[in-house]
Amino acid sequence: MPTTVAPHEPATTPTDAQLPVVPLRHWGRFTVGALVLAVSVWFLLAVGRNPNLDWPTVGEYLFAPLTFRGLFVTVWLTFAGMVMGIVGGTVVAVMRLSSNPVLRVVAGVYIWAFRGTPILIQIIFWGFLGAFIPTISVTVPFTDVVLFSAPTSQLVPATVAALLALGLNEVAYAAEIVRAGIQSIDKGQTEAAKSLGLTPAQTLRRVVLPQAMRVIVPPMGNETLTMLKTTALVSVIAGQDLMSNLQAVYAQNFKVIPLLIVASIWFLVLTTLLTVPQRWLEQRFGRGVDPGATRRPLSRALMPRRTR
Amino acid sequence: MTAPATDAPLAHAGPEDPLVDARGVVKSFGSTQVLQGIDLAVQPGQVVCLLGPSGSGKSTFLRCVNHLERIDGGRLLVNGHDVGYEKRRGKLYELSERRIARRRADIGMVFQRFNLFPHRTALENVMEGPVVVRRRARTEAADRGRELLDRVGLADKASSYPSQLSGGQQQRVAIARALAMDPRLLLFDEPTSALDPELVGEVLDVMRDLAADGMTMLVVTHEVGFAREVADVAAFMADGVIVESGDPRQVLGDPRHERTQSFLARVL
Repeated sequence: MPTTVAPHEPATTPTDAQLPVVPLRHWGRFTVGALVLAVSVWFLLAVGRNPNLDWPTVGEYLFAPLTFRGLFVTVWLTFAGMVMGIVGGTVVAVMRLSSNPVLRVVAGVYIWAFRGTPILIQIIFWGFLGAFIPTISVTVPFTDVVLFSAPTSQLVPATVAALLALGLNEVAYAAEIVRAGIQSIDKGQTEAAKSLGLTPAQTLRRVVLPQAMRVIVPPMGNETLTMLKTTALVSVIAGQDLMSNLQAVYAQNFKVIPLLIVASIWFLVLTTLLTVPQRWLEQRFGRGVDPGATRRPLSRALMPRRTR
Repeated sequence: MTAPATDAPLAHAGPEDPLVDARGVVKSFGSTQVLQGIDLAVQPGQVVCLLGPSGSGKSTFLRCVNHLERIDGGRLLVNGHDVGYEKRRGKLYELSERRIARRRADIGMVFQRFNLFPHRTALENVMEGPVVVRRRARTEAADRGRELLDRVGLADKASSYPSQLSGGQQQRVAIARALAMDPRLLLFDEPTSALDPELVGEVLDVMRDLAADGMTMLVVTHEVGFAREVADVAAFMADGVIVESGDPRQVLGDPRHERTQSFLARVL
């Protein structure tokens, strides 16, 4: 028998480092998970097998030319509306922060009016602009010479009215987002830029706005999603968008539910696609703040999950 | 031109004229008068250190020199011009932001909190002024920028972002950024106050080199040792006035004024 064994410890006991570990069994977690899964499957089956859902009709309209025409208008409205909103919003934000009191007040009233009234009312207003201003004419000032005159309904068709409504409304929201972004930048940044001899405009363009973008991009992404979904509202003035076109179909064949499913599927596809450019922009403007964001932002956007 | 010669705007201060000439400068924030008549002159090539307890108005005065604050009274001439005004036919005409910006380009400023542009690399920070304000070619500005980064000992950090640099390194980049404009005058606003104690030395070393090269500097600082060693003039401020100024060895070594004595007793 070897004599090196310590007196208090039997030779068969492994050292502490080798002790097997028994993980905690999360029985409660498992039970709740199984239960929720079962309910979800039951729910999906119950809904999915409902004959009124009418999957054949969904399939028929999902890739119909009419759907694609509507989809094109919806995407175009979203894009043009956001461009209008961001450009106009930046101008209104700068006006709101201006040292000129007239500009400040005008910007404030604009934001107040367009944020304070329902978008639905604004859409209908622009849709019925002809009832407010029947003809639009361009005349030489202080003379009777008419250069150009046309009925409003001809100049502003439903799609243009939809764009005006969505874009002008977005200007008000974007202005507040841009203003918050500008105001989030430390005063020291402006002072450093000034001390180099940059003019106020150069300071805004080269120092303040690029940094404010980091604060502006995430809420602008939300705005874009909201805008995309709000385009469905322009169906009230027959804006030729996805929702308008599908609505026109179910107004005739009464297959309301399947056509709403078609619209929902396309909206989900578009909102999912929109997260990619947003992530890319967030990384682009995170340069110098998020140390990992300095290289190849696109590949990081496409492969976002990385173990830490 | 029929305007008298004395009223003609000076292109630059002559070699013997002071770069900063403050006469009875007054500045108030609301009802508090933070500067109660400052008289101070900085001659070309001089290093002038402003010391004093916090709240005495040192930083405010420095900011007035660069027109980051506007004076309420007295006269403040920098580089031969009234700060923020143009003197014509016996009147002071307020300048546009654009003209003010052009004048600021000749004055460098280094801030307590560095204020580097976080979205640009060290080199891009240094290039910003020359490229945007002086309209230099990017390659030329980049070459000069690397030279300046090398001068402050950061040649290898050209492509680092400020967030990747220590406080001392950031402040040295900030000094290089100010130097890139070839300023006639450098203003320092407590350049080492936001630094960890072990990083103060590297920034003071750079400033010492600049002083040795003959750069005109107006420095607000709490570093009494630096002031005594490098400054040509030390001015001690308290409650919005300069209570004594002169040879730093005298002002900081054997102060006459009781406020200076008690301040030095506390910081040394």
